[in-house]
Amino acid sequence: MTDATLPARPRAGRPAWLRDAVAVGLPTLALAAMLAVILHIRPSAMSYFGFTLLFKLATPLVFAALSQMLVVMLGDIDLSNGSFVGLVTCVTALFLQPSPVVAMVIFALMIAAYAGFGLLIYLRQLPSIIVTLGMSFIWLGTAVILLPAPGGTAPAWLSGFMGWRPPILPLPIWIAIAAAVLGHMAITRSSFGAVLRGAGANPRAIERAGWSLVGIRAAVYAAAGVLALLSGLTLTGLTTSGDANVAPAYTLLGVGAVILGGGAFTGGVVSPVGTVVGALTLSLAGSLLSFLQVPPTWQIGAQGVILFGVLAGRILVTEKS
Amino acid sequence: MRSLRLLPAPWTYGFIVALVMWITTTLYGGLGSAGATAGAALAFGAFSVVVGTGQMLVIASGPGNIDLSVPAVLTLAAYASMATMHGQASMILPGLGIALAIGALAGALNYAAILALRLPPIIATLAWSFVFQSVAFTYGGDATLKPPAALSAFASLRLGGLPVMPVVVMALTVLAAIMLRRTLFGRRLLATGQSERAADLAGVPVRRVRLGAYMACGTAAGLTGFLLSGFSGGAALNMGDAYLMESIAVVVLGGTSVAGGQANALGIWGAALFFNLMATMLNTFHFQAGVRFLLTGTLIILIVAVVPRPRTA
Repeated sequence: MTDATLPARPRAGRPAWLRDAVAVGLPTLALAAMLAVILHIRPSAMSYFGFTLLFKLATPLVFAALSQMLVVMLGDIDLSNGSFVGLVTCVTALFLQPSPVVAMVIFALMIAAYAGFGLLIYLRQLPSIIVTLGMSFIWLGTAVILLPAPGGTAPAWLSGFMGWRPPILPLPIWIAIAAAVLGHMAITRSSFGAVLRGAGANPRAIERAGWSLVGIRAAVYAAAGVLALLSGLTLTGLTTSGDANVAPAYTLLGVGAVILGGGAFTGGVVSPVGTVVGALTLSLAGSLLSFLQVPPTWQIGAQGVILFGVLAGRILVTEKS
Repeated sequence: MRSLRLLPAPWTYGFIVALVMWITTTLYGGLGSAGATAGAALAFGAFSVVVGTGQMLVIASGPGNIDLSVPAVLTLAAYASMATMHGQASMILPGLGIALAIGALAGALNYAAILALRLPPIIATLAWSFVFQSVAFTYGGDATLKPPAALSAFASLRLGGLPVMPVVVMALTVLAAIMLRRTLFGRRLLATGQSERAADLAGVPVRRVRLGAYMACGTAAGLTGFLLSGFSGGAALNMGDAYLMESIAVVVLGGTSVAGGQANALGIWGAALFFNLMATMLNTFHFQAGVRFLLTGTLIILIVAVVPRPRTA
């Protein structure tokens, strides 16, 4: 898959651990700086409740970004992520409460379809960017057919869970920590994770080592589908209704989070912890800008500037000779 | 290219599918509708083609190169040219100039960010598109501005039943095809796309070539914004949205390889007609929007999966 690559990988002038630290450190710094500004303006936000509000919408984006990360890990890119999440919200709001079995079957079919498209991309050596573009129309179309206008209701247990107040830290933070730790264990630390990353970085070597690329790619795409499913479920829990067009922004925000977190389109270079922090950074950027009273028309633009700023920082730190 | 093949070339599939759709629609709607259907598809297809041709140059300039800022640039240029013209026919040329200049500047900014910050083009152009959107939201505001009557008249002008604007765009397509094959810039662009390193060693100014591709893409988006606002009676904040995915889809379905180094300007027309005729056909059959999306997606994947692979280096 050569359809998405970086212009040039940073040369290995610095030790690998430093590059990894920078990859996660910079978005973390950006996140801390944003929090500092917000807490300076509104000290009362420094509370359990304040943090709950600030990070409320982060949970679905964290899952969507991790889903995107898995696909980027294979050297592909997924432009259908956001509309898949939209379809999940529709199915959830329509079926999960009245007929859980139907909802489960649909979810299973959707994940199987995700894996199937992943296989199609590999077996026919197709550009992932165009196949996932087609997939995005398929998810969107299915969602609009199921639910032409936003509506439906989230099951009470789901919105109840999203409103749950666990001890010590707010729920979105707990979820982010859990996702980051699990992702780190599975992708960065485990030997199987190394094989998965290898499947993106050097597929031929992995194949020669006796692994089935077909199996790996189908499994990783299916896992990406599961994570996008979690994103849709948590999003429905927050919004309590289904909407085919609720999350188109997740596609590119997810890509942004992966890259912010130190990932690269070359395949095999991803950081789950970085991705989670990147997703938190991007979702906090919106709150920061309203705290700074940036006019609404400039908020999107300012997010672009923040994206540039953090990524520029990475270049400055890693490439200084 | 010159060898005989059993199957038609990949880029012709868009034309074939478009033709099938046109015939189907005509069979359903009666012979009288054939002209109107084709006219509408040509007019709307022309906009997709202009945007797509710019996107093609960027995509052909190397793997990973893509411009996601197209919709934002299109919208921004439309607003700026509407504000410049203020409905006066005498200001049409300055309005066009502003639209093209904004597009070229946006393209230069895109490439500057890619180069200076070493960002993947997807991220750089995405971040810029956020900024461009904000500029359009902030200064565009005046959505009530109408295009000069003369511009609207040109955008839907017909001579002897033939819509003029699509013909002009077809001429542009032919120019782009010749440029790719015969000019220094075209050859250098494809060489850069095939292998940046080889092109660099051969003395091709790789960065300048890519800069040219991004600026051309921005300019094409600016031109589309200008024409589209004339055609549809003014600028609107969401006027560019549909062109983000469509500009990529028409390029790839038109036979350009996303791996870069290989481009097909004529094929874009086939894919653009396919997209627009499909919308017309499904409207004629009174399909709802969801079915239309579903079929569009399925056909995109089918065409990409079934056609013979374009040869890549």
